[in-house]
Amino acid sequence: MRTLLSGPWPWYVAGPLIGLIVPLLLVVGGKLFGISSNLRHLCAAVPLPDAAKPAFLRYNWRRNGAWNLVFALGIVVGGWLASATLGVPDVGAHISEATRADLGALGITSLSGYAPADLFSWSSLSSPVGLVIVVVGGFLVGFGARWAGGCTSGHAISGLASLQVPSLVAVIGFFAGGLLVTHVLYPVLLPRLLGGGS
Amino acid sequence: MSGAVEVLDYECVDTEQVPAPLRDAALEGASTGPAMLAYFAAGVLLGVLFVQSEVASWFRIQEMFRFQSWHMYGIIGSAVVVAALSLWVIRRWNVRTLHGEPIELTPKEWGTGRVRGARYWLGGSVFGLGWALIGACPGPMFALVGSGLGVMAAGLLAAMAGTWTYGLVQRFLPH
Repeated sequence: MRTLLSGPWPWYVAGPLIGLIVPLLLVVGGKLFGISSNLRHLCAAVPLPDAAKPAFLRYNWRRNGAWNLVFALGIVVGGWLASATLGVPDVGAHISEATRADLGALGITSLSGYAPADLFSWSSLSSPVGLVIVVVGGFLVGFGARWAGGCTSGHAISGLASLQVPSLVAVIGFFAGGLLVTHVLYPVLLPRLLGGGS
Repeated sequence: MSGAVEVLDYECVDTEQVPAPLRDAALEGASTGPAMLAYFAAGVLLGVLFVQSEVASWFRIQEMFRFQSWHMYGIIGSAVVVAALSLWVIRRWNVRTLHGEPIELTPKEWGTGRVRGARYWLGGSVFGLGWALIGACPGPMFALVGSGLGVMAAGLLAAMAGTWTYGLVQRFLPH
């Protein structure tokens, strides 16, 4: 059982269960599944005087955001629970051979674990590649999600499921940006940053 | 322009998908301990799913953007189908919230920009750049912090900085 659970959960189990979060939140409290709003609530919760914040962050985050922050805290705890009981999956060994070959050619040496250690470690954070991946990447996720009014959960799942055309446009944008980084930026950037770094 | 900012002011904040006059009642009615426990439990389930289905892995996101596996498409696709069917059931049988309000989804606004949907094209693309770089969208970022990839906390802080910066420059951007 444990071996069964600790392997990668197949898409036809994980996907439908993720989809059920949408009606669950709607029935419990009429809430729309969307996670990136928490980034706004967390900013609004930063204990600074109102004058130091843009108007966008001056609202009653406790009243309106509490449910979603509790939901996000649950996600953190779920991540912990999964890794503590089942162990973190060795995704690098599960992905397709073609992806492994492509990533190897880009200079990524750690093709095991959950995320490549070349890119995600505290020591990589002080290197140019770590800064681009974690800091610039994180910044663009936060900026873009609010500009687009949602992220993968709010647009790709909630939005597409309720047949919202604006959400379809946003999802096309998600892919446009992702394909650009993967097929244009990474081939130029990663070999240089990784090759020169170590 | 001021119209655009008004629209954005209620995003993330008025999330109750019930008829507008009932929003306050729905918010109060579903801010109780048991409701919070349900949100927390839903989050725990989702966090486990994000880690065990590997959607929170940078490797899987690369595999997706290289079209080298069905895995991510299967997950997102089946999640959308199940969510859509659930919404159909909710509409068909007029399912209400546990507190009793009818469920009514607020349509996404097209926005006020000269180019229709500018915020979705542009904001979506910016999000996509970040998604491929850090290899995680906001939900998986939270799950990864919990699963022990501590450096993702720096990614979350950077994402907060991005959100904050958006708040500063919002009125200069097309929406």
